[in-house]
Amino acid sequence: MIEFEAPKPIANQAFVLKTVAEEMMRSKSRYFDEHEHEIPYDYIEFMHTVKRATGAGSLVPKEEKKEEDPNKPKHAPIGYQMLASIAEMLAWGDVGMYLCTPGGLLGAAAVQAAGTPEQRQKFLSRFVGDKPVFDAMCMTEAGAGSDTSAIRTTAVLDKDKNEWALNGEKIFVTAGDKSLTPNEKFDKGFIVVWATIDPKAGRAGMRAFVVEAGTPGVRVEKLEHKLGIRCSDTATIVLQDARVPFDSILGSPTVETDSAKGFKGAMATFDATRPLVAAGGIGVARAALDFVKEKLAESGVEIRYGLPRQKMTNIEREVIDMEIMLRSAWLLIIKAVWMADNKKSNALEASMSKVKAGDVGTRITQKAVELMGPLGYSRDFLLEKWFRDAKITDIYEGTGQINRLVVARQILDYHSAELR
Amino acid sequence: MYSFEPSDEQKMLIDAVSRFAASDLRPAAHDAEEAKELPLKLINKGWELGVLQASIPEAYGGFGDRSAVTGILAAEELAYGDLAGALAIGAPGLFAMTILLAGSEEQKKKYLLPVIEAAWSPYTAALIEPAFNFDPNDLKTVAKTKGGDYFLDGEKTYVPYALQAETMVVFASLDGRTRGFLLPKGTPGVIIAAERQKLLGLNAIPFYAVKLEGVKLGSESLLPGDFSPILASSRVALASMAIGVAKAAFEYSRDYAKERDVFGVKVAQKQAIAFMLAEMATEIEAARLLVWEAAWMIDAGKEDAARQAYLALTGASDMVMMVTDRAVQILGGHGYIREHPVELWMRNGRGFPMFTGLAMV
Repeated sequence: MIEFEAPKPIANQAFVLKTVAEEMMRSKSRYFDEHEHEIPYDYIEFMHTVKRATGAGSLVPKEEKKEEDPNKPKHAPIGYQMLASIAEMLAWGDVGMYLCTPGGLLGAAAVQAAGTPEQRQKFLSRFVGDKPVFDAMCMTEAGAGSDTSAIRTTAVLDKDKNEWALNGEKIFVTAGDKSLTPNEKFDKGFIVVWATIDPKAGRAGMRAFVVEAGTPGVRVEKLEHKLGIRCSDTATIVLQDARVPFDSILGSPTVETDSAKGFKGAMATFDATRPLVAAGGIGVARAALDFVKEKLAESGVEIRYGLPRQKMTNIEREVIDMEIMLRSAWLLIIKAVWMADNKKSNALEASMSKVKAGDVGTRITQKAVELMGPLGYSRDFLLEKWFRDAKITDIYEGTGQINRLVVARQILDYHSAELR
Repeated sequence: MYSFEPSDEQKMLIDAVSRFAASDLRPAAHDAEEAKELPLKLINKGWELGVLQASIPEAYGGFGDRSAVTGILAAEELAYGDLAGALAIGAPGLFAMTILLAGSEEQKKKYLLPVIEAAWSPYTAALIEPAFNFDPNDLKTVAKTKGGDYFLDGEKTYVPYALQAETMVVFASLDGRTRGFLLPKGTPGVIIAAERQKLLGLNAIPFYAVKLEGVKLGSESLLPGDFSPILASSRVALASMAIGVAKAAFEYSRDYAKERDVFGVKVAQKQAIAFMLAEMATEIEAARLLVWEAAWMIDAGKEDAARQAYLALTGASDMVMMVTDRAVQILGGHGYIREHPVELWMRNGRGFPMFTGLAMV
């Protein structure tokens, strides 16, 4: 049955999330935009408490409870649908602060997607401890952005000590600072580092390693100053003979094995995280559209739905087109996470949702600033900030172009050598 | 809950409709457009799939209940085969669905059975008017009351099968609101142009201009129901057909690009083309979900269903123009030649904002 009713647990928490977004996020948005790299402790501690109770905010869904009574009707899993809704609503509040939500970010998502049950237990159980914990994904390097096969960070197995030695430099690590730098308010975090175990093997040699905070030889080198999402730290991380235990590797430790278990297996992380990142972008876009509609209403401008285009004012046409873009982008996300929840392969839908959200997020915020004229460009309002915040959606977690490439390869049934 | 999986019953229907669309409608589309005629046998075969019959309750001669979701799933498949064929097969539905949604119990009992029981026969509805600012909620065709009767004046355009139809519904503004009236064949004051209208696309369907000059109708001619659900029904039907046309154009241009050699590789191996196709696929899926949601809202009786149907058609109309234009572009010069179907889909695709009232589910 085709259905579009938000599941009850998701609908039920919408009010709470809206209150959090308004009270804890919007009220501080401007402050943290202007005080880059300051940490929003109030928000983090509040969300940690919520997260322990409900699983909210994480990029990793709560383990679904096993139904003990076989006669009881089975509930369809909604873990990723829940996460997408939370991401959208909190990003509507402030996407920079949303990216500071503790309790399972991209590093945890990689462990969830590619780790063994033991690894999941070891690395993910800390998120429900007494203090907030951060984690990060280290993929990009100065010479390797979208082209991850160009990654030069190495992982060499020291057979005598049964540990990996990691060497290299990672950039653009979201929450890298909060994951690694000692902080009395947080418990020990970790990062997931992408490195090659055989530089000659290209993609087949690429693996992900969990590196605990406090590992000797790992340091935060620099924090970036950005166009937007300034509340979220973006770190450069250096690894110099950083030693991690053998079982820190996610997936298979050998190059020869089926590549599905190595690089591709871990790349599956993106199928789970892309729709969630897209959802964050859509939250920002909705904030901008809501602002536009609010200001129009204040000025007595009514949007007359149902008119043919020939009879509309330009502003009506723009607002209606923005609504169409926003809603259809959101539905692509919902379908992608619904597929993830139902264990359907969603690589195509995940990338489609990211393509669309990147486009829509930037177009809506750009258009909103234009439509609001001097109000749009002023720092008296948050609209100009959302315009800056939204752009990242089209860049991180695979640029719009990389995701087009992923979509194109799937619809054309081409592998990477056929469509470069 | 969210779910994107049609029911088993819907899957069976889609399967049958899509087989008919691929094996019957599509192969006939080019010649029908050029000859300006669809074979009656073909229309009847489509009619026998029972898409409309399944939306009409048993009490009125059908064998199911109306479901906008089921309707749009079938409509997309039919339009994927050929838009003209899809609209022709559905033409009796313009009459029947309007009566189902807005008619009185008596009108439903009287008018639905003859449409549903018989082989396909021309019934129709007249909504569109010949003005650039045509607005279904603000018609220039006016109905006035006088001594218990209605008097209608105005002009209608793009009325499919107007000349052949036994009975049609005509829409007119009564006290500022759009209302439907039953108009039997041969009613005095109804002037149907003898010559068919010539349009940018859809030449396989006979469209006529209809003039109403002081047309007198009894009080029993008025459909008591609101126009809003009729309009919403038409909008989701057309939006889903736009998805079908876009899907046809996308697949054709994708397959062409995978065959055609250029600079030692296939055209599709060039990112300039591959990215166009990726965007086409993404926009088709995005528009499809918007239409599905609108149809689901209609079935669930949601308050905002009419608005959502409007947004769905507006979005799908933009999408189908973008996709069909790109399909022509991907075929290059060949796309401009009528031997390939993409130019027809581009012509049909342009029409969706103007087609309100030409399809219903």
